[in-house]
Amino acid sequence: MHGAWQGGRRTGPAIRRMGRQVAAVAEFDSVGLRYGTGAEVLRDLDFRLRTGSFYFLTGPSGAGKTSLLKLLYLAQRPTRGRIKLFGEELSEAPREDLPPFRRRIGVVFQDFRLIRHLSAFDNVALPLRVNGASDEEVEGPVREMLAWVGLADRASARPPTLSGGEQQRVAIARAVINRPELLVADEPTGNVDAEMANRLMGLFTAMNRLGTTVVVATHDVGLISATPGAQLIRLENGTLVDPTGSLRNPPRSAN
Amino acid sequence: MFAWLFVSPAERRVLGAARFGGPTPWVIAIMSFSIMLIAATGLALASTAALVGRSIEARYTLQVPGGGPNLGQLVAAVRSTPGVTSVEAVPESDMRQTLERWLGPAAQSAELPVPALIDFDAADAARVAPLQRRAEVIAPGARIVAHRDSVGPLLHSLRVLQWVAFGLVLLLSAAASAAVVLAARGALDTHRFTIEVMHGIGATDLQVTHLFQRKILIDALVGSLAGAIAAALVLLLLASGASLAGELTGGATLGPLDLLILALLPFALTILATWVARTAVLRSLRKAL
Repeated sequence: MHGAWQGGRRTGPAIRRMGRQVAAVAEFDSVGLRYGTGAEVLRDLDFRLRTGSFYFLTGPSGAGKTSLLKLLYLAQRPTRGRIKLFGEELSEAPREDLPPFRRRIGVVFQDFRLIRHLSAFDNVALPLRVNGASDEEVEGPVREMLAWVGLADRASARPPTLSGGEQQRVAIARAVINRPELLVADEPTGNVDAEMANRLMGLFTAMNRLGTTVVVATHDVGLISATPGAQLIRLENGTLVDPTGSLRNPPRSAN
Repeated sequence: MFAWLFVSPAERRVLGAARFGGPTPWVIAIMSFSIMLIAATGLALASTAALVGRSIEARYTLQVPGGGPNLGQLVAAVRSTPGVTSVEAVPESDMRQTLERWLGPAAQSAELPVPALIDFDAADAARVAPLQRRAEVIAPGARIVAHRDSVGPLLHSLRVLQWVAFGLVLLLSAAASAAVVLAARGALDTHRFTIEVMHGIGATDLQVTHLFQRKILIDALVGSLAGAIAAALVLLLLASGASLAGELTGGATLGPLDLLILALLPFALTILATWVARTAVLRSLRKAL
């Protein structure tokens, strides 16, 4: 293992504490979010995501889906309320405490967010390297993952030379390479054909069966209906529409 | 401690092939060149001041106005004083020869009163006052002058210049640091997207900083060494000229310790630049979530 990534492996009390299994991977309690001095884009969010469940996040454009996902993958702090991830209150946690939690979350961005000057291989390998894996440890899993998303022969290609669909698959491979406990995907099948969309959803479902909590933001009704057992989170005007009450914290049925 | 210097090719690729802050090595090279020359000047001044100070510390001259009919007696009195290590009466012919530079042939005139001078070294300054009194008895009007009193202002000036050189070295180091901070901020802006992605997947500030730090160190080291080599060539040229230039510059030499300090300066500048850049990068990263 080389120097610059060595900070990636941590064995302190925080990591040991994180190892325990919690019933809810995420708990939102009266969460609100506003950017600058504008109006709140998210209001009074009260819900919990159960560990090992599969969720679809839907809602019209501008409803706040991406903002909600940002809160989930710790790219944004709420302006009010509390957020617990993996059983830890993180709304006001010091920023230096956040990286170990981020490593437990895989994110597929709508705009892919691939590093342009890195090959597909290096982009996919990045989370492993940040986590402290050596070049030898990285080689096998990355090749395997690229093969799975159908890009085995494009390992050395850089993102600008890949099609939108190929970039999407690299982004997904990067998000799942670390076997995250929470997978957050923003329109992950928006740029791929139906067959690849099914394969990717198959990957998400497989990961979900292995215990990963999956949250997919999508407009694709077909995708939702093709994933039995998944729960629906609907956002409208920054508030949660939860007709079943199953997302409530505690669930309405327990009240 | 130095593990971060030895990163894998994969880690180096993260920031891309583009050099960190293109002009940075050049700026640091210019700073290093200037710092080396100024530091060498300061050290040479210090060395000269020490040399002059040592040579005149115990040096005195007994001046006898109107020549020396009692010169032998005065020399004997000086020689018999405890702590006096060497005594030399300056020949009158030498005095007249010296005066000839200003007075011309008139300096050889017997009517020109030329004082007698006796140079001596006295290890114990406390013995000089009794000697002064004895000399006045032998030759009324005789007086002893300590060389350190007459050369004192020159030594003071040398020491001031030495501190000025030290101050300039600090000032240039600060300027080099400021240039590195600007370059570091520029590099952060260039790589903002990569940093965001790395933070997003759980990289710590230190992991991100390490990638920059290594690049900064290499640029600073290359710049510092290039500037130092150029300065060394100039100093060698000046030194060879100084040895031909005569006794005034002949005393301004650099000792082994001075050379060691000069040799360490580029590395000190490299460490400073790296530390400053690392601090700037860390501070900047802390502004993000």
